[in-house]
Amino acid sequence: MPLNSKIPAGEMAQKWINYKNTCKLVNPANKRSIEVIVIGTGLAGASAAASLGEMGYKVKAFCFQDSARRAHSIAAQGGINAAKNYQNDGDSTFRLFYDTIKGGDYRAREANVYRLAEVSANIIDQCVAQGVPFAREYGGLLSNRSFGGTQVQRTFYAAGQTGQQLLIGAYQALERQIALGNVTMYDRHEMLDIVKIDDKARGIIARDLVSGKLERHFGHAVLLCSGGYGNVFYLSTNAMGSNVTAAWKAHKKGAYFGNPCFTQIHPTCIPVSGDHQSKLTLMSESLRNDGRIWVPKKQNDTRKATDIPEEERDYYLERRYPAFGNLVPRDVASRAAKERCDAGYGVGSSRQAVYLDYAAAIERYGRIECNKQGNHNPQIDLVIKLGKEVVKEKYGNLFDMYEKITGENPYETPMRIYPAVHYTMGGIWVDYELMTTVPGLYALGEANFSDHGANRLGASALMQGLADGYFVIPYTIGNYLADEIRTKAIPTDHPEFVKAEKEVADRIARLMSIKGTESVESLHKRLGKIMWDKCGMARNAQGLREAISEIRALREEFWKNVRIPGSADGMNTELDKANRVADFMELGELMCMDALEREESCGGHFREESQTEDGEAKRNDEAFMYVAAWESKGNNQWEMHKEPLNYEIMHPTQRSYK
Amino acid sequence: MNLTLKVWRQQNAQAQGGFETYQVKDISSEMSFLEMFDVLNEQLINEGKEPITFDHDCREGICGACSMHINGQPHGPWHQTTTCQLHMRAYKDGDTIVVEPWRAKAFPVIKDLMVDRRAFDRIIQAGGYISVDTGNAQDANNLPVDKHKADESFAAAACIGCGACVAACKNSSAMLFLSAKVSHLALLPQGDVERKTRVVNMVEQMDKEGFGSCTNTQACEAECPKGISVQNIRRLNAEYIRSVFSGGE
Ligand SMILES: Cc1cc2nc3c(=O)[nH]c(=O)nc-3n(C[C@H](O)[C@H](O)[C@H](O)COP(=O)(O)OP(=O)(O)OC[C@H]3O[C@@H](n4cnc5c(N)ncnc54)[C@H](O)[C@@H]3O)c2cc1C
Ligand code: SF4
Ligand code: FES
Repeated sequence: MPLNSKIPAGEMAQKWINYKNTCKLVNPANKRSIEVIVIGTGLAGASAAASLGEMGYKVKAFCFQDSARRAHSIAAQGGINAAKNYQNDGDSTFRLFYDTIKGGDYRAREANVYRLAEVSANIIDQCVAQGVPFAREYGGLLSNRSFGGTQVQRTFYAAGQTGQQLLIGAYQALERQIALGNVTMYDRHEMLDIVKIDDKARGIIARDLVSGKLERHFGHAVLLCSGGYGNVFYLSTNAMGSNVTAAWKAHKKGAYFGNPCFTQIHPTCIPVSGDHQSKLTLMSESLRNDGRIWVPKKQNDTRKATDIPEEERDYYLERRYPAFGNLVPRDVASRAAKERCDAGYGVGSSRQAVYLDYAAAIERYGRIECNKQGNHNPQIDLVIKLGKEVVKEKYGNLFDMYEKITGENPYETPMRIYPAVHYTMGGIWVDYELMTTVPGLYALGEANFSDHGANRLGASALMQGLADGYFVIPYTIGNYLADEIRTKAIPTDHPEFVKAEKEVADRIARLMSIKGTESVESLHKRLGKIMWDKCGMARNAQGLREAISEIRALREEFWKNVRIPGSADGMNTELDKANRVADFMELGELMCMDALEREESCGGHFREESQTEDGEAKRNDEAFMYVAAWESKGNNQWEMHKEPLNYEIMHPTQRSYK
Repeated sequence: MNLTLKVWRQQNAQAQGGFETYQVKDISSEMSFLEMFDVLNEQLINEGKEPITFDHDCREGICGACSMHINGQPHGPWHQTTTCQLHMRAYKDGDTIVVEPWRAKAFPVIKDLMVDRRAFDRIIQAGGYISVDTGNAQDANNLPVDKHKADESFAAAACIGCGACVAACKNSSAMLFLSAKVSHLALLPQGDVERKTRVVNMVEQMDKEGFGSCTNTQACEAECPKGISVQNIRRLNAEYIRSVFSGGE
């Protein structure tokens, strides 16, 4: 099937306006008989479900946590971008568009990104109206901070808990619709398959995780808002439950998977401390605003950080990238940290860490506070004390978290950080309307591939999730559903429902019957290690080929030897995990295939064979300026389709942050 | 370090539960409390037994899923710290640790340490929001908000809905949770319009769910991992009185 991205004709700045003016509408009476299923209640899902409920559709929302409010979006820390230009620093829709395309290393679709930038300002308005308590200045207006890969201040935030506050806003809007009866909530439910009837998505099979029962749900359309798949690496900053299952089932039922190998490794996370490690904790990118990153100039320096004098420190980001300094994009910062550690300059007991230092920022803020108080010749103790208070207000919860995890006080000694898997730019392929290659099946938020190309800029995932849910899908879904008003709700005893449920039941029975000797967790860890070593921060053809055969072997072992105690009739968290890990075992292979096929470096995808003389990622636009959209052919066979990327406005150049 | 764990096991909501005793060995002080549970669960699986079921997700102290009552304290011994952020540095070799689920009528046990907290969602459904449909917002900076009020509102909105306040309270009252939401919204000009009905409806729902009443022992504040202040309960009471005496609407 040829890929049709359905990008509207016309000038870039007019496309979305024209689309909205001309797309089909569903009248209020018809909306009441149209049912929409929303998988996920993170920023994308909660905002979509609430908005569609408000519009009058009958919505069913699903999440696997015990409450919609606990979706992984809750953990986002640093902030959300919007082209408001409140700082009068030259920001505009165009600049946000430009930064996002460039940050994504010219592998994103222009029209989608332009629309994202366009609606970004509305998101902030909507959230403030809902009561999201963003940080404010003394005059009562909203405050902004800077984030990597940009030269303006356009990031709105609520201390280090921006995701929490945005999600609570969307969750409250969702709960209001639940109270009004427009949305029915299914918590502790896991979607385990898509039901297709006459080639259209018409429903899902879900497992009630408490009773263990399988359920059939009909919908005129299904929205996947199920988040990213970073947990294929086992260790990542994602929540423990984040998984690919919903997206993967859709993929196997015909939805193409876009750029699966595009993974974001975040530069500032708390390093691994031992084999027991279950997840990695992010230290928000906003910390790079004020913190300075360095390693000792001497290899294998074992002195305490505070004992290393200023002139013996290498602020390698400031040295290599004077224009952006500590605020280079994530992929660049992560690789630079790896380079220093691999070369023997790493710190901490594992030597796999660099310092993120707040001493200079504390002093700078302290002096500003003293000046505000009219004290122009303060004692250094006072400066430090006041400086710490400012830093505490901005980043207090992050510093506390660091201390709880490591037992070290980051106000006194620099933090140790190292890159970790954080976000997946790849995901289900969608067109301009966010529809997948299956009619009636949509993907929103991190689950889709659409806006971030090969690297996502900080504070842009929250923006995208809410843009998709509040401002894009309410229009685009109508364009499809307008032709569905005559479709009556399909009874769930339809043979396709029966068949899909049986497939799910069979797979669960098969998993339970293996009764092997190795735990799900242990097999997942082994998969993660293959992925991190061979499809992580640096990739090469040989490693990827090895990874593919290792994953195949591991997958076979999984299906022969996994041990799931208990039964499938009732709550069984090991079975839940096994269902998810089984899908990761297939996805991992596809990611390696995609990485192998893309013989260029771009954004977070670094092929060692393709680098510039000074070790920067080297794109190959002639050969690889496309989206790789993989079609599942069953039995772990895939066919790749290419969506060429045509740049109308941007002129792709070698990305430079020097 | 080696530890003895006494953990509440209960097959499902209907079953009788009871404590089981387990030994864990070679626990590193760098592990989180839940990673120690991972070790125990791995051990149980290897022995062919069912692992212990507990809620968790973010493991960063923000989703509010984790909910263990540890040696008589919700979320264990560290001040303002969720179970997932508690680290084994808090314990020493030879310690015995007793772990139970939240105990409250309104939070029935689902399995082992996992409870049903949907009563909290229903309290929010009763009025914990501002009624604004998507697309109806004015420019965000048209509405300046006093910074101190905004900060206070944020401090209340930081509640993670974990339920430790209920678990800590001898009456199983949900007043701290409820008051945090009422404060979050009442402190902002956007929340003003629905201020009176909101508080009355939410309190009514709380009573319906079977939470106890507040007798001001302040155990909730002491155990709240997010430092939600009982000041919010005072504000809630004032809001409630104001709204009842001005006739609701
Ligand atoms: C620690 C951390 C910090 C971050 N900080 C920032 C930041 O400061 N700024 C920024 O822009 N981005 C940030 N991000 C990225 C951002 O948080 C995520 O990309 C974004 O929140 C994803 O939202 P989502 O709605 O797409 O999915 P999620 O929030 O992941 O929600 C997924 C939902 O799908 C449900 N679900 C999944 N599978 C199933 C299934 N099979 N059946 C039923 N339900 C299912 C889940 O229950 C959940 O409700 C951060 C990410 C992390 C990990
Ligand atoms: S008030 Fe505190 S203890 Fe209660 S639910 Fe909120 S965060 Fe948890
Ligand atoms: S697991 Fe999320 S708060 Fe503990």
